[in-house]
Amino acid sequence: MKVRINGSDEIISEKLITLQQLIKDRGLSPKQVVVEVNLQIIPWEQWPQITLQDKDSIEIISFVGGG
Amino acid sequence: MKEDSLEIGGVKINCRLFVGTGKFPSHQMMQEVLLAAEAGVTTVALRRVDSGAKADNILDYIPSGCKVMINTSGARTADEAVRIARLARAAGAGNWIKIEVIADNRYLLPDNLETLKATETLVKEGFVVFPYMSPDLSVARRLAECGAAAVMPLGAPIGSNRGLKTKELVAIMIREIKAPIIVDAGLGKPSDACVCMEMGCAAVLVNTAIAVSRNPVDYARAFSQAVQAGRLAYLSGLAESVDEARASSPLTGFLHNED
Repeated sequence: MKVRINGSDEIISEKLITLQQLIKDRGLSPKQVVVEVNLQIIPWEQWPQITLQDKDSIEIISFVGGG
Repeated sequence: MKEDSLEIGGVKINCRLFVGTGKFPSHQMMQEVLLAAEAGVTTVALRRVDSGAKADNILDYIPSGCKVMINTSGARTADEAVRIARLARAAGAGNWIKIEVIADNRYLLPDNLETLKATETLVKEGFVVFPYMSPDLSVARRLAECGAAAVMPLGAPIGSNRGLKTKELVAIMIREIKAPIIVDAGLGKPSDACVCMEMGCAAVLVNTAIAVSRNPVDYARAFSQAVQAGRLAYLSGLAESVDEARASSPLTGFLHNED
């Protein structure tokens, strides 16, 4: 399936992948990021229950320095 | 000096120097700067993260007494700013938001109309909102009316270190607006911050000038002292300025015999 992650299209080979797995595969820790799927914020407690769907748009966001 | 804290959104802020966290070479350096400045408030931004990003979270380096305000930098419209604010709150960063809506790449000047729209929406959603704006009395008035916690006019373009180029307009805003006025952006020297405080600004926000200094920790300390000096002078009442001399020593003396 094809999903959009942080603005770039990506092909994911697994048929069933949870948000939890996606974040883990990318080497990110739940404490560090906030995730939005199709403009909806998904609290990390719900990540194991969310299965990615074709054409989902995912934003993975973190805090950085800024003025 | 009696207690003179700034109360915003039910929180007492003891230091009127706010320090941004951008452009520091490391989180450790940023932390030392915030401690040296005794910064009452700091700002942090949100960005997309790539896989394998560093595991340390900048929020863990912010001293406990320093209130965190998330900025909406990167937003070009009110809707984008609102979206960033909601993400920040969902990520556990609290509900203090600096609205920064910028649609001008060269001077990074804020879009006041989109800023006003975002402020209206976010105040209704329970955020404590600090709009960064181009100094304009009518817009400032409307921001205050719709519940902005403070209004933050720019002193000069972001990162320019040019000082308080908007002095006359900021002075009018201080006189006319009841909400706290916090000068944000463009302050380059401690004396710039001191001038803002002498005029009656509630606080100032500084980032680039400190971060790019040869010695950020000492420069932060210098800013902190300048903010305190300016505040103390404002509370004492500034001395009147006159065109002609007024002797400060007695002129009648023993050197000349008066007839």
